[in-house]
Amino acid sequence: MELVEVNQLQAAIDSFVGKDVYLHLETTNGSYASHFNEGFFNAGAFIRNVVINFELGKVVGDSPHRVGLKLPHGWVYAQGITHFEIDEEGRLLLAGHDGSGKLAVALQLSKTPFSY
Amino acid sequence: MTIPKERHVLVIFPHPDDEAFGVSGTITTHIQQGTPVTYACLTLGEMGRNLGNPPFATRESLPAIRKKELLASAEAMGLTDLRMMGLRDKTLEFEDDEKMVRMMEELIEETNPSLIITFYPDFAVHPDHEATARAVVRAVRRMEDRPKLHCVAFANNTLGVLGEPDIVYDIKPVREHKMNSMKAHISQTAWMLEEMEHKLQNGDTETENWLTLERFYAYRWDQDFE
Repeated sequence: MELVEVNQLQAAIDSFVGKDVYLHLETTNGSYASHFNEGFFNAGAFIRNVVINFELGKVVGDSPHRVGLKLPHGWVYAQGITHFEIDEEGRLLLAGHDGSGKLAVALQLSKTPFSY
Repeated sequence: MTIPKERHVLVIFPHPDDEAFGVSGTITTHIQQGTPVTYACLTLGEMGRNLGNPPFATRESLPAIRKKELLASAEAMGLTDLRMMGLRDKTLEFEDDEKMVRMMEELIEETNPSLIITFYPDFAVHPDHEATARAVVRAVRRMEDRPKLHCVAFANNTLGVLGEPDIVYDIKPVREHKMNSMKAHISQTAWMLEEMEHKLQNGDTETENWLTLERFYAYRWDQDFE
């Protein structure tokens, strides 16, 4: 993965507009957060291989960036995006890594289903 | 305590690297004593957070990396019967509970173990650890002739509630195998190992003990978790 280059990322997002695409969206503090820091309120969300079709997508702000997708009847967004990659299968993988390299957020789009 | 010879040891954990920290010395010793060992690893740690900065992996490339690391860890321990059970990281507690129990029952029926090693329910911290522990305990509970069940517990309240571990093995003779098992999972352990080497060089006895003693609780059927 590379650090987000806004123009490249915007072009990549645009290439998925108006198509049925599979979504992976994840936020996490890690399953050990309240083990190492008792009292920490551990919250996160995960969705994988849900099909969406968005009409507008934007990357905004300085790093860490926000990325939002406008759907005919709703929204998808993620904040904390630092890195991106278009992998060998043409999937757009966005991630937010904290200072120690741990993933905190992921937003991924693919024209074919992600693995299980 | 010396590690007794067993008919067959069945180890069941959810993540590649779970075996390395807690029990790789014990597994290695069993294998060196000629006891057959089966390790069933339920997921490939697909949701691991350590992806590096700069990143060396993506969410999508991580499973293949961790699969290779798991195979390398098995090699470091001398383990030849590794089962990758194909479930997804962080989803085990949401699977059908009976399906999970049946998976454990099938592993037990096939390998006929005299000892099963897994996590201790309610003292295993990670939701996948807990789900694994519950499924194993449920499967063993239903057996007429139960094998020994040795459980790893590391929740912060373990000592207060369960007391000192029943079983403590000194695995110094296979210390290098344990190190190599942990090193095999380098994508997840690099930072930790670096810190550990530093502590060991400074003669930190707690770290040395952590590395050479493996601790288990015999499951307490008279205080069953449910």
